[in-house]
Amino acid sequence: MRPEPGGCCCRRTVRANGCVANGEVRNGYVRSSAAAAAAAAAGQIHHVTQNGGLYKRPFNEAFEETPMLVAVLTYVGYGVLTLFGYLRDFLRYWRIEKCHHATEREEQKDFVSLYQDFENFYTRNLYMRIRDNWNRPICSVPGARVDIMERQSHDYNWSFKYTGNIIKGVINMGSYNYLGFARNTGSCQEAAAKVLEEYGAGVCSTRQEIGNLDKHEELEELVARFLGVEAAMAYGMGFATNSMNIPALVGKGCLILSDELNHASLVLGARLSGATIRIFKHNNMQSLEKLLKDAIVYGQPRTRRPWKKILILVEGIYSMEGSIVRLPEVIALKKKYKAYLYLDEAHSIGALGPTGRGVVEYFGLDPEDVDVMMGTFTKSFGASGGYIGGKKELIDYLRTHSHSAVYATSLSPPVVEQIITSMKCIMGQDGTSLGGGWAAWWLTPVIPCHNQGKECVQQLAENTRYFRRRLKEMGFIIYGNEDSPVVPLMLYMPAKIGAFGREMLKRNIGVVVVGFPATPIIESRARFCLSAAHTKEILDTALKEIDEVGDLLQLKYSRHRLVPLLDRPFDETTYEETED
Amino acid sequence: MATATEQWVLVEMVQALYEAPAYHLILEGILILWIIRLLFSKTYKLQERSDLTVKEKEELIEEWQPEPLVPPVPKDHPALNYNIVSGPPSHKTVVNGKECINFASFNFLGLLDNPRVKYNSCTSIKAAALASLKKYGVGTCGPRGFYGTFDVHLDLEDRLAKFMKTEEAIIYSYGFATIASAIPAYSKRGDIVFVDRAACFAIQKGLQASRSDIKLFKHNDMADLERLLKEQEIEDQKNPRKARVTRRFIVVEGLYMNTGTICPLPELVKLKYKYKARIFLEESLSFGVLGEHGRGVTEHYGINIDDIDLISANMENALASIGGFCCGRSFVIDHQRLSGQGYCFSASLPPLLAAAAIEALNIMEENPGIFAVLKEKCGQIHKALQGISGLKVVGESLSPAFHLQLEESTGSREQDVRLLQEIVDQCMNRSIALTQARYLEKEEKCLPPPSIRVVVTVEQTEEELERAASTIKEVAQAVLL
Repeated sequence: MRPEPGGCCCRRTVRANGCVANGEVRNGYVRSSAAAAAAAAAGQIHHVTQNGGLYKRPFNEAFEETPMLVAVLTYVGYGVLTLFGYLRDFLRYWRIEKCHHATEREEQKDFVSLYQDFENFYTRNLYMRIRDNWNRPICSVPGARVDIMERQSHDYNWSFKYTGNIIKGVINMGSYNYLGFARNTGSCQEAAAKVLEEYGAGVCSTRQEIGNLDKHEELEELVARFLGVEAAMAYGMGFATNSMNIPALVGKGCLILSDELNHASLVLGARLSGATIRIFKHNNMQSLEKLLKDAIVYGQPRTRRPWKKILILVEGIYSMEGSIVRLPEVIALKKKYKAYLYLDEAHSIGALGPTGRGVVEYFGLDPEDVDVMMGTFTKSFGASGGYIGGKKELIDYLRTHSHSAVYATSLSPPVVEQIITSMKCIMGQDGTSLGGGWAAWWLTPVIPCHNQGKECVQQLAENTRYFRRRLKEMGFIIYGNEDSPVVPLMLYMPAKIGAFGREMLKRNIGVVVVGFPATPIIESRARFCLSAAHTKEILDTALKEIDEVGDLLQLKYSRHRLVPLLDRPFDETTYEETED
Repeated sequence: MATATEQWVLVEMVQALYEAPAYHLILEGILILWIIRLLFSKTYKLQERSDLTVKEKEELIEEWQPEPLVPPVPKDHPALNYNIVSGPPSHKTVVNGKECINFASFNFLGLLDNPRVKYNSCTSIKAAALASLKKYGVGTCGPRGFYGTFDVHLDLEDRLAKFMKTEEAIIYSYGFATIASAIPAYSKRGDIVFVDRAACFAIQKGLQASRSDIKLFKHNDMADLERLLKEQEIEDQKNPRKARVTRRFIVVEGLYMNTGTICPLPELVKLKYKYKARIFLEESLSFGVLGEHGRGVTEHYGINIDDIDLISANMENALASIGGFCCGRSFVIDHQRLSGQGYCFSASLPPLLAAAAIEALNIMEENPGIFAVLKEKCGQIHKALQGISGLKVVGESLSPAFHLQLEESTGSREQDVRLLQEIVDQCMNRSIALTQARYLEKEEKCLPPPSIRVVVTVEQTEEELERAASTIKEVAQAVLL
């Protein structure tokens, strides 16, 4: 999920946590990781799964178990908050406490209430207390450092006033600027500016009508080449790429198998399609295989007809867990059971793989094995929109049947140009030589960015490993894969969500904190997104401050006890929903 | 005392056993055995159970053949090969290598390419977008919640709210996602939505996502709507407890994308108060078009904007940018900041597009005459296109986007589409760029008949409008007769 706190529609259960290292036994991992060493010292067996040699690279993913005391205290925290919530609602009801929220019009008081009261209880009494941690307005490029507009609230976060001050140079650990293409100088900006001058900002028509510019065709050809697929199509919004194309691919009588932590857009697309949806445990291949097997053996419920087709929906990097999909296993299963695979690379494209081609390249797999390659341009490419790549027949079908192509305005030309230029950078095209070094590029931002596309990818990988390693050493509980640039740091307790966000901003670091309902109720967390634009110096500063705040708020929960994945209880309860 | 009694009972029992007749004992013995047998016997026979063996399962899995992911698309599918527009899609545009006058893009006010003349300085939308690009770069790299809120977004929301004279506005990064996200934010399972048959696809998808009960009423037919509302009222009286928590919404469009007609808003407002249903108004076509200042249908009819619960519009037509917005009272709009899926879960609008929209608003505010000009031009071509044999004009004369449909269908939709495409192609050859209105035939709730959509913009001169009308007329005659 990449949701906003207080957002919605997250259906997930509290998972049993665990850790796994598979592929090969890695000495480096065991030795270098204090966590593993501690685990060994504690006499715990460290499982290594081989998975039939599917993995060409080590796959180290950890989800340390929540300490019991912390879990209990977290529940107590929510209990206290809820009690106070009821108390304050009571006071508000009797007009003892001033009511800040907007109210219904007098003329419409006798209408059926627009909101159910309990819907807003959480927002009113919990979210409102720490609302200042979200929607912080910025007024600069969302690069490695960012300028934030200072705001104050005189009514306990019900409204904000801008003081007019700008907090300059805040270290940005929140934006999805993985490769550092969010810039206002350099070749991307220049190219985009040129196209803007020529074409204007909008398009005023849909792809199928008269909004198909030559630029769009150029982009799609490039995307196909970048992904190594036959053809590709680009759409104006990443969210809509999922929600408006999945319904074109599957429908009634088809089955969707969806990871429990899939993004809201995938969930929406699946629902809109009218297909039956079954959920498998996050990244749990046993769960997926069981669902696949049962689906084929038993067919559709009630009618007992076989399913027309089965589509597996997974993401490359899960943006709230920092985990990477077990793609080699998913592909093996998909082949074994003749299912189709829809891979959402919103966070992984550009950010993973030696040359930034995403999770397929990361595992050294063939893009042909993924039926639908979906991704967004918002993150690594510093633009906006999304794409789908695959076989020519698939793209032809989408060109004629995609909701987006028929009804939605096409991508803005300058945005298209930003994608084209940044993608070419990563591909190392435009006939530029590699050289000059990362530091030189960063210190002198006037050098066109396409010189260092590949370096960006490497820099990001290095930053990721360094940052994750250091945080683990400090004793924080960090979720996810060691190669994932999305780094969740567990906070657990509701009061610490607000405290962490505020303390970090005080220290000039902008972080993202998330709580229920974007995460399970006790697994509130802070999330850092690493960027190739972060220099070592920036990261060290950030780490120093995180260390300090971690001590201040007692966030170093880690007991370095890792539960092997295979020992995680496998829960067979899945639920099914059928669209009527 | 107690033990003595117990002992006596025991003795009596043994005595009874001796005295009982043998047949009695045998019968009871058989009955006891029978009970034991019943208790321990299985209620079903084992061999009737039908658990599949592992091997059988494997065979089933081996046997199963899925349908292909997508069916093949015929090479001559009318929507497969797009027109390619080289260069800007503004007034004069190059379509498939030929320069045409654009009668297809929703660039009503010509703002895509318009220099803004302000007192003595001259700026333009492009310049504003460019300045923004130089300050912020292109993308926002995050959703609104996570450092994706830029000062430009706040400015734009503020400006839109002021322009529409509402308390608050909220912007989305994609026009389609605006109403499609707004509806499910309020209307949930069990709620009832009354919606016009001709409602556009985005509304249909929003309704589907909301999983509410949908009641379609005949296009612009207030009697039909009232009939449905009345039916519901009777239903409500039967079950007042349920009615107390069932929200009712009326979803309509200002100018209908699919028909080019305007909604009878005054009647709708009356019905709203009579039956206590909230009105959601989709103004993508009418925003920046209708009304003295371009505020849309509410201004056109002189209706208090607070009587409409939510107005949604995209910024991709008149404003010639990208994205969409909703506006209304804070009580309503603010809810979307946590519940609008397309708002919460999507990256925010690139700042340069927000800056372009702000500049477009500036132009609209500074040149209120522009709307009268547009209206006049709409009327002109509307009139000129009347009376073509074989084609009828569908849509209001004040609508800048209206449809040309076949007077008489050939009977097959495919054939109709082919005929209309022939007209479009020949017009294109004669430098008039038109397009058919495209629909997903299987997905639309009420599929409109095939049509050519004509779009009027302020940039088209009187002479060009005349030429377009006469070209269409000539071509239609050649193709249809």
